[in-house]
Amino acid sequence: MAKPSERVITIPRMGTLQLMLEDMFARLDVKYIMPPPSTAKTLEVGVRHSPEFSCLPLKVTLGNFIEAIEAGADTCLMAGGCGPCRFGYYAQVQKEITKDLGYDVDWIVLEPPKKGFISFLRTFKKMAPHRSIRYIWRQVLISFEKARHYDSIEKRLLHNRAYELEVGASEKAYTEAIDILRPAVSKEEIAELAEVALKHMDESVAMDKTKDVLKVGIVGEFFMLLEPVVNFDIEKWLGERGVMVDRAVYTTDWIAPSLANQVGGLSKEEVSKYADKYLSHTVGGDGQQTIAHTVLYVEEGFDGIVHLMPFTCMPETIAKSILPKVSKDLDIPLLTLVVDEQTGKAGFITRLEAMLDMMWARRAAKAGHDDWIPAGAGTH
Amino acid sequence: MDGYLGIDVGSVSTNLVVLDENEEVVAKIYRRTQGKPIEAVQAGLTELEDLLTEPVNVLGVGATGSARHLTGVVVGADAVRNEITAHAMAARHAQPDVRTVLEIGGQDSKVIVLQDGIPIDFAMNTVCAAGTGSFLDHQSSRLGIPIEEFGGIAMTAERGSQIAGRCGVFAESDMIHKQQVGHPTNEIVYGLCQALVRNYLNNLAKGKDILAPIVFQGGVAANEGMKRAFEEALEQEVTIPEHFNVMGAIGSALLAKRIMSRTDNTTHFKGFHSADFEYKTSSFGCAACANSCEIIQIAQEDGSEKGDVLARWGGRCDKWDLAPTSITQA
Ligand code: SF4
Ligand code: SF4
Repeated sequence: MAKPSERVITIPRMGTLQLMLEDMFARLDVKYIMPPPSTAKTLEVGVRHSPEFSCLPLKVTLGNFIEAIEAGADTCLMAGGCGPCRFGYYAQVQKEITKDLGYDVDWIVLEPPKKGFISFLRTFKKMAPHRSIRYIWRQVLISFEKARHYDSIEKRLLHNRAYELEVGASEKAYTEAIDILRPAVSKEEIAELAEVALKHMDESVAMDKTKDVLKVGIVGEFFMLLEPVVNFDIEKWLGERGVMVDRAVYTTDWIAPSLANQVGGLSKEEVSKYADKYLSHTVGGDGQQTIAHTVLYVEEGFDGIVHLMPFTCMPETIAKSILPKVSKDLDIPLLTLVVDEQTGKAGFITRLEAMLDMMWARRAAKAGHDDWIPAGAGTH
Repeated sequence: MDGYLGIDVGSVSTNLVVLDENEEVVAKIYRRTQGKPIEAVQAGLTELEDLLTEPVNVLGVGATGSARHLTGVVVGADAVRNEITAHAMAARHAQPDVRTVLEIGGQDSKVIVLQDGIPIDFAMNTVCAAGTGSFLDHQSSRLGIPIEEFGGIAMTAERGSQIAGRCGVFAESDMIHKQQVGHPTNEIVYGLCQALVRNYLNNLAKGKDILAPIVFQGGVAANEGMKRAFEEALEQEVTIPEHFNVMGAIGSALLAKRIMSRTDNTTHFKGFHSADFEYKTSSFGCAACANSCEIIQIAQEDGSEKGDVLARWGGRCDKWDLAPTSITQA
């Protein structure tokens, strides 16, 4: 096993997590290897070595760890967790699996601070033994703040893409915007460059803001929402078809759901406020959030909701059983997509296409005409 | 005569219709796809033309079904739309006040809920065979009774045998057990219809309001036993439209008509004899990222070595995707 000071740490891939940790590791002088982008192979490797009935996110992130270990990482950093949901056991299960596979690696499990703030800090100390706890904590906070901005930039991408005149322009601007913010070190720089980056998102892309777009909110289990390899890059697919997308959770919201300045997430109070009528207690995972966000999207005038969940996910199965009632009560089209490693892209897309047609038809009906097809469309 | 062509190509069946200006069916074809969508479309077009009593001037073409994009390229479609929208459109055409569409085909099954003529909810099953026509196909060959005779036999049964199991495999072993303990064949056959209906309602239609008027369509609607089983389970009347097995094609023709009616464009239809072209399917591996996708492409022979590439698909990303731009802009 690696000596603490020479560790090469790796993490699972998920949304902008890697941007945040790259920044944090650089600040703390920690060596790391990021897993290569998740691909079908990653999924295959993860599935092959996971218990059959474990959740899809466990399988995909296991694939990340194995690919990173193969690339030279010797220490795996994984989030822990508590509560009724299985996520809390991921790290333990993955640790056992890598051990059985003969990999000699260390595992560092980051338990949420509410399980004990001191041990939370000690975990960081484990990664950067040569730094003082005070220094570490300051850097972690700054890095997190920067990550909030990464998430805001991503959110802007989801909003803007529907209006772009040239397909792919917003995505290109997004990559550039991330590069603008990346070098920022101090708090002041971060604030300043984040603003430049957001401006770049809005100003460097030719957009038609008068365009008639549909607004779709994506809710569900956080990993499904954050990782394109398991959601078939749904946001891009929708955006390129003129759909303004909003997502219930961004990476930093998931990391620190209790803090203010959520990018897309809701505070505990807000979750109960919106969900209570349908689900008044937490069911683990993101089940109650799914309901709350759905209700909120309706209030905000969205055209439809897409609910993404891994097959066998307990909290989302509960949400799924409640959502039809919410959909009916609030008169909003809703599509639940259940994904596992066998889910094919074709069927996924067919359902999304039908959902789009349905939303356009409703829009047209509300405006008093009977038209099932958006203006300018012949095919998807 | 002016008309519209609709083509629905799924993995099991391919169907085609010609509608006249009044949206009436003037010719229809229902055939097997047998894993060869292009051949099925080409042959289907030729057969369809033979059925026409007078030449039809095609004003628009729609394609739907799981092979809709490919079909769109091969025939030159003006509207390429998903099969859920197509089935809803056709059901409403057959019964304007329809509230629920039950559709069971050989490859998949759907439920679509409409309100005031527009779809408000749907579900589609493409995974579990126990909820599709292939369930009955399979059991019919086990029993040695042609599937065409299933309906008639089921109707003679006073009641159905209780065939247990949410899954095709369990249902099959239970069916064999019932046979061995001497249940009459007609009760077993009807029991199988009930099992399929039960699976459909418990899985696919779970949480959906099944309100009347209810339309039952898709190839499996040929089986009267299924209609009976649905009516008993839902305690409501279920209507089977005249052209129940080609509803996807009808829907796509209707969608093509709508799309054409709002543009001045002329159709992209290549003619009933697009069947005369030779197509070459080939594949290659993409090495641009670790996904190593297998990309499939279809080319029309034009004398050159590679031919004129018409469509490409199969990648996890859209790097190679090639859909006919002419119809995206229609
Ligand atoms: S939320 Fe769902 S997917 Fe995530 S750990 Fe829990 S059961 Fe598994
Ligand atoms: S098609 Fe796209 S996803 Fe597949 S290997 Fe090529 S680049 Fe990678």
